[in-house]
Amino acid sequence: MQKWRATRRLLLNSYSSKSRFDHPRSNPISDHSTTISRSSSGFESWTGRIHYRHFATAMIQRNPAFSTLNSDDINYFKGILGDKNVIEDEDTLLFANTDWMRKYKGSSKLLLQPRTTQEVTEVLKYCNSRRLAVVPQGGNTGLVGGSVPVFDEVIINVGSMKQVISFDKVSGVLVCEAGCILENLVSFLDNQGFIMPLDLGAKGSCQIGGNVSTNAGGLRLVRYGSLHGTVLGIEAVLANGDVLDMLGTLRKDNTGYDLKHLFIGSEGSLGIVTKVSILTPPKLSSVNLAFLACKDYSSCQKLLFEAKRRLGEILSAFEFLDNESLNLALNHLEGVRNPLPPAMHNFYVLIETTGSDESYDKEKLEAFLLRSMEGGLISDGVIAQDINQASSFWRIREGVPEALMKAGAVYKYDLSLPVETMYNLVEEMRTKLGNSAKVIGYGHLGDGNLHLNISTPQYDDVILAQIEPFVYEWTSKQRGSISAEHGLGLMKANKIFYSKSHETVQLMASIKKLMDPNGILNPYKVLPHSIVSYS
Amino acid sequence: MKIMVAVKRVIDYAVKIRVKPDKTGVESQNVKMSMNPFCEIALEEALRIKEGGMASEVVAVSMGPAHCVDTLRTGLAMGADRAIHVDATGPLYPLSVAKLFKALVELEKPALLILGKQAIDDDCNQTGQMVAGLLGWPQGTFASKVVLDKEKQLATVDREVDGGLETLCMDLPAVITTDLRLNQPRYATLPNIMKAKSKVIKKYTPQELNVEIKSDLEVLQVTEPPKRKAGVIVSSVDELIDKLKNEAHVI
Repeated sequence: MQKWRATRRLLLNSYSSKSRFDHPRSNPISDHSTTISRSSSGFESWTGRIHYRHFATAMIQRNPAFSTLNSDDINYFKGILGDKNVIEDEDTLLFANTDWMRKYKGSSKLLLQPRTTQEVTEVLKYCNSRRLAVVPQGGNTGLVGGSVPVFDEVIINVGSMKQVISFDKVSGVLVCEAGCILENLVSFLDNQGFIMPLDLGAKGSCQIGGNVSTNAGGLRLVRYGSLHGTVLGIEAVLANGDVLDMLGTLRKDNTGYDLKHLFIGSEGSLGIVTKVSILTPPKLSSVNLAFLACKDYSSCQKLLFEAKRRLGEILSAFEFLDNESLNLALNHLEGVRNPLPPAMHNFYVLIETTGSDESYDKEKLEAFLLRSMEGGLISDGVIAQDINQASSFWRIREGVPEALMKAGAVYKYDLSLPVETMYNLVEEMRTKLGNSAKVIGYGHLGDGNLHLNISTPQYDDVILAQIEPFVYEWTSKQRGSISAEHGLGLMKANKIFYSKSHETVQLMASIKKLMDPNGILNPYKVLPHSIVSYS
Repeated sequence: MKIMVAVKRVIDYAVKIRVKPDKTGVESQNVKMSMNPFCEIALEEALRIKEGGMASEVVAVSMGPAHCVDTLRTGLAMGADRAIHVDATGPLYPLSVAKLFKALVELEKPALLILGKQAIDDDCNQTGQMVAGLLGWPQGTFASKVVLDKEKQLATVDREVDGGLETLCMDLPAVITTDLRLNQPRYATLPNIMKAKSKVIKKYTPQELNVEIKSDLEVLQVTEPPKRKAGVIVSSVDELIDKLKNEAHVI
């Protein structure tokens, strides 16, 4: 069987079934690119450029209140962490200073790798007393420049804290350290008969601490909800070194203010998450996937409505992509073929169900789909008959971001919008830009999350000016979110007002000031620079 | 001309299998089952032959407990015209399957019997060959290309062998077993799934076919292969020599 597997892998050149890409963001206000002569994997066909946020460094000044590193500091850190975990080596630093998309590059001179919460405490206490700015870092797979330094902040990478502390087989509560890679947790849980409640493309590198700190969304949100619901407890270290042990494993605990929610999604700006306790769902054996074609967007919407009612508890994913997205994927990805017989369809929907009874689920899904087809909601569709077919359907949907990168330059937007009006934005942008760019839309329709992407041969400020701030204003008018799941990071640090009121942001700034008076945790990010002032 | 295709229900190839603690076999409760990938290819080839006008009917056959019907439904959804389920509980080894196929072939009289070259659960690669032997039919195994000549009633089969490709020409009726490169199976579309609901699945028992299922084989034990030990990073040449000498005993 092994030889056959290897042959098949070779022959079909199939992507690993779990290579789901996150959505690279590109929101250059003024984009200067510099050609760098080092290999950039995955970008071969696209000149290997790295985009520096010259905008950021030109418009943001390094806060003079922060100290600069000196040799005493380095020796002190070596005393706490040991020589091996205090890294000044340039090559390693280059990697830690650059984000996954290679859009943002900091100039930190020091990378620290604590192995215990105690070490994190001592490091932060010292940094706070010395007023040294720090960047908490995990898998460094974020897409908004939140995981890398802007200037010379010290990088504190929790990747060495990767123990699974405990797992309760009855309740499914997993307690682990923040540096555990998501995929490793998935494998661990697989042996126990459980799964992680979140699933995203970066799972081979992203760490649970980072997932929690950014409130990562992903493909399973429609079924299991967000991390605000599934995370039961957190242990975090504050800027002054205080350890907040809120690492409960209880489903219900109404004693006081639930402070862990402050850390979920605050992108490391309020504290460093060191341990996580999360509720994991049991692994259900019956997974079914259908790839469907709809003739218009309103059919997609009605299908979502029907799916929620007819498939109910077994629905585990509902994604959509428009015709342009599919064509892009078919043209630029290898080993990908159209699951449907060739015909012009306008929209495609992926519906996944997960349940415990194979035949019951399949019957339910088939009945629902046949009924929808008779009702005119679906014009054609296929159901995956085995895991391999299912992976190839997912490859199409998850490969769109990759296809976009191969097609040239891409302006990416991750927006939460009301489902009824979501696609109107895509159509308006298409009309606005005409032939100068290709506008595509796809995303988590089940969660009301649109990934709007504008593909052009090259980055062009003229095109950009037509996109922004139009897209943000449009979203704001719909009371939508300008960042559904990626967070604000550095990229959208000044955009929060499109989605949040002044009073709300003021309170956020007050909380930040309270918890991090010296502002050393992940500065220049998340909140607008005008609001966050340092004494 | 009628084509009979064998399809087997196996643990999905992408599932991470685990050996049962009592070592009698592999964990098969609550794991995803699907059609053996080689059987999918066999069925796809039969459908293509039919669409090319060389055959009038494709019959899918599966043997085993009641759940096999799911696999047959998949086959019907891909486009098979009808299906046969041989209801048998207990383990079915290739020789028993071959005997059952002999009985079915005598009933249905197809001109071509296509099977996957092997099943991914037992990797036997025996059934096709045994059936051909029992029937006295020619066999083209590990087929990577099949061309039929309806007039002359022959099949030209390219076989994947260790040395390369071997081309055989054989008279029909014949047995063909399929290899990976033969084709890429189609997906089951909704309209076909709808049509499949009205297609017939006929049930037989081994007794009705006059075949005695005798287990000539007994599985004694199933164990996992030994786990690969993690590598060790040594910090100096001396340490390497020491390990090679004293631990690995190779110098």
